[in-house]
Amino acid sequence: MKALIHTSFERTRLRRAIWDRAMVYILSLCALGILCILFLIIFHLFIKGVTSLNWDFFTHLPKPVGEKGGGMANAIAGTFTLLGLAVCVGVPIGLGAGVYLSEYADLKFAQTVRFIADVMNGIPSIVYGIFAYIVCVLPMKGFSALSGGFALGIMMIPMISRTSEQFVRMVPGQLREAALALGVPKWRVTVDIVVPAALAGITTGIMVALARVAGETAPLLFTAFGNHYWQHSLTQPIAALPLQVFSYAISPFDDWHRQAWAGAIVLILMVLLINGWAQFYVMSRGRWSAGK
Amino acid sequence: MSLKGSIKVKDLNFYYGDHQALKNVSMTVEPRQIVAMIGPSGCGKSTLIRVFNRMNDLITSSRVEGEVLVDGVNIYDKNTDVVSLRRKVGMVFQKSTPFPKSIYDNIAYGLRIVGIKDHRILDETVEKSLKRAALWDEVKDHLGKSAMSLSGGQQQRLCIARAIAVDPEIILMDEPCSALDPIATARIEELMGDLKDEYTIVIVTHNMQQAARVSDKTAFLMHGQIIEFTKTTDFFTKPSNKITEDYITGRFG
Repeated sequence: MKALIHTSFERTRLRRAIWDRAMVYILSLCALGILCILFLIIFHLFIKGVTSLNWDFFTHLPKPVGEKGGGMANAIAGTFTLLGLAVCVGVPIGLGAGVYLSEYADLKFAQTVRFIADVMNGIPSIVYGIFAYIVCVLPMKGFSALSGGFALGIMMIPMISRTSEQFVRMVPGQLREAALALGVPKWRVTVDIVVPAALAGITTGIMVALARVAGETAPLLFTAFGNHYWQHSLTQPIAALPLQVFSYAISPFDDWHRQAWAGAIVLILMVLLINGWAQFYVMSRGRWSAGK
Repeated sequence: MSLKGSIKVKDLNFYYGDHQALKNVSMTVEPRQIVAMIGPSGCGKSTLIRVFNRMNDLITSSRVEGEVLVDGVNIYDKNTDVVSLRRKVGMVFQKSTPFPKSIYDNIAYGLRIVGIKDHRILDETVEKSLKRAALWDEVKDHLGKSAMSLSGGQQQRLCIARAIAVDPEIILMDEPCSALDPIATARIEELMGDLKDEYTIVIVTHNMQQAARVSDKTAFLMHGQIIEFTKTTDFFTKPSNKITEDYITGRFG
């Protein structure tokens, strides 16, 4: 028996060694695939769009069909406006819910809400657009920046709630006890001690949520609607980068195609910058040692 | 008793769910004394110290029977305001717990909570408390720095200063030196001796030498019961109980 195992072991030695190696190569190729995809996207965008990326692009309005040049200044400003509105909706509710779930809710309720938040994260973004259309656009009788910001904002709520809850929960229990032992009422402990201790993580969560909705097109199609001009009223349709990219990309004009590529570059750079900054922020602040 | 800062425990039973952590505990802590509580892990000494400022309230399944009088008032009465009780009975924990704020704000926080905004009073109290906790000289030039940047021993003294700042009568210390090196430990012990003329101190410790060094009276707990509670000098030289003797001579625990 022993001899049999031994010879069998020897016979298959080479085969096992080959498979061992092969698996490492296959898995590492998969990992390399991620890098390749990102690289190809960025590479492609730059080849196609970099020629349209100039000062005018950031400072001028779109030119009418047929005229060369022009830019997406209004769309860039519109995207920032929409993100600002989204933050106003998403951060207070998302953060409030996250803090409540971590500090006050009983476990069962928290688990239920967490599950619902996960489901909400999985809802296709166009559904959020339809929802905003029904509760915002229809009553206001028109497309508007407000409804666009609302759609993006409610998309952010479950994301922010999930990350805030997670980071607030990570604050050591002793820190809460220490504040309570000082004769501090619980709500002050939460506001003054616990949330600041988790602030680095909470901020990162907000940034990541922002980066995700920054590129959303579908929820804006029938809320913010898009606009070819400057718009200073929040109750009127407003331009947004993803919308502009979308409408230029499906147009029949070469010059607009090039502009769409340039818009996509700006969009992806924005998202990369936000994500990169969030990463850097969390690394430099540490998990809960705020203000070192 | 005219002096404030006394604790009187009468027939205390304490439960975590079905588990009884303290059995028929009765003891009296006189004002301005240092009382050390020792005993093997899980004997209930931490539970007992956390009864004194109702820290166990945070554990939802816990239940208390009996009376605990602080300054003659039963703190487990329905009308007790836990927040004001905790201002009277401060606490220092095993792990130092500086808030993620500056050194100054850590101390001033307890005062700001009750609405003191006057900078002169805040400055004064911060200085006084840090001096009292023997930390002033080390930090006076960078009060604005994060408390997280202090060493472990400094952080623990900061926590003591923070507890003192709100002017309590009693200070509870739950193994305050177990994470510190001998030098930092010596400083804290020295500090306790200084604080004794103003505060009642109850300290839980695993270190019997520490109990012998710092305390006036020592309580020995086992299985949730007080086995012996007497003057520290007598406790370590002529314990009246065989179990106590076995424990302090290192035969178990």
